[in-house]
Amino acid sequence: MAEGGAHSPLEQFEIKGIFPARDPGEIGTLDFTNSSLMMVIAVVLISAFLILGMRRGALVPGRMQSLAELSYEFIAGLISETVGSEGRRYFPIIFTLFMFILVGNMLGMVPYSFTFTSHIIVTFALAITVFTGVTILAIAKHGLHFFSFFVPPGAPVAMWPLLIPIEVISYLSRPISLSVRLFANMLAGHTLLKVIAGFIGVMGVFGILPFALVVALTGLEILIAFLQAYVFAILTCLYINDALHLH
Amino acid sequence: MPQLDPSVWPTQLFWLVLTFSILYLVIWRVALPRIGEVLEARQRKLDDDLKKATALKEEAEAILAEYEKMRADAQASAHEELRAAHDALKEEAERETQALAAKLNSQTEEAEARIAAAKSSALASLEGTVSEVVVAATEKLIGVKAGEQEVTRVVGQVMGDQAKEGGH
Repeated sequence: MAEGGAHSPLEQFEIKGIFPARDPGEIGTLDFTNSSLMMVIAVVLISAFLILGMRRGALVPGRMQSLAELSYEFIAGLISETVGSEGRRYFPIIFTLFMFILVGNMLGMVPYSFTFTSHIIVTFALAITVFTGVTILAIAKHGLHFFSFFVPPGAPVAMWPLLIPIEVISYLSRPISLSVRLFANMLAGHTLLKVIAGFIGVMGVFGILPFALVVALTGLEILIAFLQAYVFAILTCLYINDALHLH
Repeated sequence: MPQLDPSVWPTQLFWLVLTFSILYLVIWRVALPRIGEVLEARQRKLDDDLKKATALKEEAEAILAEYEKMRADAQASAHEELRAAHDALKEEAERETQALAAKLNSQTEEAEARIAAAKSSALASLEGTVSEVVVAATEKLIGVKAGEQEVTRVVGQVMGDQAKEGGH
């Protein structure tokens, strides 16, 4: 693809140094970039939303408080449905994952901003953290018995040599599927928006058509932004449930 | 694709770990306990209010039952009293009626006796006068001096008959 081109649809994914303002390729580990900026904004927004929204702690909640309570009850309900009462302990991490991804996705919908969840390294880091944590949890809870997870219950012994590798591969591919799902959705959605938006100016009066399409797709992208955060959270819950109960 | 350029990975990882950890700490330590607290307080308040409402309802029902009982008792006793008063009045009225009737009867009898006495004395005196008139009249008309005893007897007989006829 036309990487580096002035109007490349992929230009929006470029990491740019803000402080210090260095060219891509020379960015150091501690450099503050457009990605870092959006992450910081996400953290500030989420903290402000949750803390300022609950500041009054009113018996009859206002708008912001209702929203904060709604997000709390949404994730609490998700955990109690998938994991049960044992899942209460993992509420903070699942809530953090959900809010961080949700706000990261949503911030990406703001024109000229940057979507940090559209970078595979970020989604993979989140997914591998979940994967590692869940595996450690399972081994800590079940010890060597954990490895019985790779043997499908009720399968004849003769099938084990075939089934166990499949189960192991499917287990190991969890972090990949988890991270690629989020990354690819964000990448594809934002690229598509940019590509279609590129037609607006070129088509003159008929640019109204791609413009209408961009408006519609923006609505769809907002839905996907929410949906992908939800999927990430619910899969994390399911993995935790697997770790706690094996089969 | 900028995503596949490994030179921008370290900075993203560094800031991801930093911001995500801070967010996790804030949510874990500050935000969620606060929301949980508020929700719990609300639930407690709801439960309390419901309990209070139930207690008040029971109390109100007890008071209502007590009131109903008192009302029924009062009604029964009032009814009883009313009946007693009614009976007493009726008895007294009957007694008075009877006394009055007795008194009237005796007065009637007395009056009748007086009338009978007056009638018989009037008749007696009338007989004497009539006899004298008859003697005098017969003497003037036919020049016969009727025996006084005979006249008296006849007059008495006639008047007795007349009194019998016109008695009623």
